Amino acid sequence: MKKLVIYLMSGRETPKLAAAAVRGGADLVELGFPFSDPLADGPVIRRAAERALSEGMRTRTCLECLSQTRELVGDLPLVPMTYSALLEAYGWERFAVDARAAGATSVIVADLPAGERPELRRIQLVAPTSTDERLRFAAAATDGWLYLVTLTGTTGARSDLSPELAELVRRARAVTGLPLYAGFGISTPDQARAAAELADGIVVGSRAVEVAALGPKALQAYVRSLRDAIDSVVP
Amino acid sequence: MTSTGLYGTYGGRYVPETLVPALDELEAGWLAARSDESFQAELDELGRTFAGRPTPLTRAERFAPDKRLYLKREDLLHTGAHKLNNALGQAVLAQRLGKRRIVAETGAGQHGVATATVCARFGLECVVYMGEEDMRRQRPNVERMQLLGAEVRPVDFGTRTLKEATSEAIRDWITNVETTHYLIGSCVGPAPYPEIVRELQAVLGRESRDQFLAAEARLPEVVAACVGGGSNAIGMFAGFIDDEGVRLLGVEAAHAASLGTGNAAVLHGARSSVLADEDGQIIDAHSISAGLDYPGVGPEHAWLRDSGRAEYVSASDDEALTAFGDLTRLEGIIPALEPAHALARARELQEEFVLVCLSGRGDKDLAEVLAR
Repeated sequence: MKKLVIYLMSGRETPKLAAAAVRGGADLVELGFPFSDPLADGPVIRRAAERALSEGMRTRTCLECLSQTRELVGDLPLVPMTYSALLEAYGWERFAVDARAAGATSVIVADLPAGERPELRRIQLVAPTSTDERLRFAAAATDGWLYLVTLTGTTGARSDLSPELAELVRRARAVTGLPLYAGFGISTPDQARAAAELADGIVVGSRAVEVAALGPKALQAYVRSLRDAIDSVVP
Repeated sequence: MTSTGLYGTYGGRYVPETLVPALDELEAGWLAARSDESFQAELDELGRTFAGRPTPLTRAERFAPDKRLYLKREDLLHTGAHKLNNALGQAVLAQRLGKRRIVAETGAGQHGVATATVCARFGLECVVYMGEEDMRRQRPNVERMQLLGAEVRPVDFGTRTLKEATSEAIRDWITNVETTHYLIGSCVGPAPYPEIVRELQAVLGRESRDQFLAAEARLPEVVAACVGGGSNAIGMFAGFIDDEGVRLLGVEAAHAASLGTGNAAVLHGARSSVLADEDGQIIDAHSISAGLDYPGVGPEHAWLRDSGRAEYVSASDDEALTAFGDLTRLEGIIPALEPAHALARARELQEEFVLVCLSGRGDKDLAEVLAR
């Protein structure tokens, strides 16, 4: 079974939205902890972060949101996704400990490439620009699975699945047996299916954030459409 | 600096993975260029024949009558500010790396103009990101960039100033990294940028040290420069860092004092001293001078502050405006508002022998000043 990862920005409604995503078939939920200057993000997630910050979502409130989400989703993996600035301010080790206590399965730091802060165990990202040496380095350091950035760019929907993904999957497979989940630029069921034919899982962020604004029902239906699409992939 | 791009605990590479190979490539290209005599010879030649180096040292006798206060005249450099030193060097470097497209951020527009200028000179594609607020207050520089053939892309969210322009330039670079060199304008950003920019601006310190010695047969007691991101200051300081008796004084804008009131935080790819709240969220800076209106600062400055080798103070908008008016009326030199901050503090010093970097000229600021 291919894995389906849904990204949601932390907020008051997020625990309920995460539960809806799980009912729709999500296998893992990433919870965005907003940062004022998110370099890896395109306009949708940047604006969602601005909104979350204006509603008072800070590291502590995001950890509370994580903990409330944990109560609603059982054992499902939950992974905060954020930026170095938040960990620097909160304390790197303290963040790891408190996130774990609040129910986090691991953590993703979008601007912390393999090699920086090696003491923080986290899911590493690799990109089409990563050399084979860096793929090997990131795979050796990553926590459970490797996050494949499908394209050279920031987060956000694209009209087509990145043609760079196939080659990245091939190169990553050559250096690791770990699961490979592909994210960035995947928004439609067709793209989800095509990505799942290559990778072991897919991550959907910007479009999920947009649909989440329409409420839990809409999100559940959208996640279900992605689930059905990736389940149609013949193993 | 250590091999991992750290100044003490500052610096580093806090960037998405997509950029890491490009930073490795840039670092390798930079190291190769530095040890290549033809690179330095090309820069020297461009400096002399295109940029107008060396720039003179001028004594400001009427502005500071009780001192031997000298101005390093980067306002006389082609395009009107020290920014060209860095832009020329990085443009030559970009071509060595085979990059034909340049992106840059700009605040006051001086770095944007310098970048647009070198791109015109070398036939490179040029895209400059600029906050809408800065486009309004530095209109002449927007028009200059456009005349030079650059595309100026407005940034219409957040503070609509240099912070957001830098973020958007980095996002562009992430997207077009295979073809594009990010020509960063200050000694900020991920390693190796802070080192590259310092080395390309170190010509300021080298020249002015020789010139001061020639004028006074001694070294200055204080070297002062304004600090936004800190590139003119780090270039000046580089020339005097080993002269232990020389005080190094950086002057920030009062409401953009990343070193004076900031915390250790991560912004635009590096750990430095940043205006950030207790959660690490970046706080807006405010300054009449667009070039100092930035909540971060180069990591080497944070390190120099902590080590005590350099001191950092601030000047208010009004103090800068007063110094701006005085230098204009008393010396016949219209400074940019950025170095006017350094002038405001330098004239009050106890010391007699003072060197100030006049990092740029004030034409771009006329509308802002006349509106007051």
